[in-house]
Amino acid sequence: MNLSFFDQFMSPSLLGIPLILISLLFPMLLFPSPNSRWISNRYLTLQLWFLHFTTKQLLTPLNKKGHKWALILTSLMIFLLTINLLGLLPYTFTPTTQLSMNMALAFPLWLATLLTGLRNQPTASLGHLLPEGTPTPLIPALILIETTSLLIRPLALGVRLTANLTAGHLLIQLISTATTALLPIMPAVSFLTITILLLLTILEVAVAMIQAYVFVLLLSLYLQENI
Amino acid sequence: GPLSERPLMEVRLGELHTWISTCDFSPQGLLGTVQKAWNSYYAKYINVRKGGPAGISMLLTGYCLLSYSWNYQHLKRYRWRKYH
Repeated sequence: MNLSFFDQFMSPSLLGIPLILISLLFPMLLFPSPNSRWISNRYLTLQLWFLHFTTKQLLTPLNKKGHKWALILTSLMIFLLTINLLGLLPYTFTPTTQLSMNMALAFPLWLATLLTGLRNQPTASLGHLLPEGTPTPLIPALILIETTSLLIRPLALGVRLTANLTAGHLLIQLISTATTALLPIMPAVSFLTITILLLLTILEVAVAMIQAYVFVLLLSLYLQENI
Repeated sequence: GPLSERPLMEVRLGELHTWISTCDFSPQGLLGTVQKAWNSYYAKYINVRKGGPAGISMLLTGYCLLSYSWNYQHLKRYRWRKYH
């Protein structure tokens, strides 16, 4: 029985260096910079293919002015993807389970899209607060609702990422505790739990990738409305 | 060649402490050592024409071991408490 299932979300420090610092810097090692050869090594080729694929996916809906955001959106996507996937390895620490970090990523980027829209095309940006074709009596209520939904976007972005990853890690820990506890008592039920654990791990890998993609996709959507 | 210019793998065990005394322990020197070490690892295991999963897997295993050592104090106390 685990004493506290939330211990995995504390960042331990050794000699004054917190592990979160290493977890944030380690993805840098996994992405070598392209060299100037005609045919590079397989790892680099794979990485470049993947980067081109995601950049094309993210930037096709955006107009030309939005392409200025290419670097930050793609690097954010790679960052979140790597951090989420690395967190599934044993004993590692996932920085994206910390709400502080996700809010620090979501809030400034959302605010940047909002301010870009309000600065360059204020009428069009405010026009998004009222969907087309609403009946006249509903207009005041709908404007209030749309403003609330606009203001809650950064909170939703941050909390969505945190909650999904935290819940996933907790579930994995709970089910594995159940498996090890049941093994001496009822091996058949333990085998069932191991199957569940396997399926859950596959789900967690998918969730890790999807959540990173959703985060960046939503940001690009907010950008589309405002640029 | 002279002791200070030989790489670590070619230094004999008895000369180790002399070799360390010729090392450059300033921040730039340490950064240079780390950079050289990473570049030699990268050139040997990843930047090859027909690479496989081995290069990256070794990095990831090293990362797991590093995280384990960072967590060790906590894990030790947890183990003592659980099996008291």
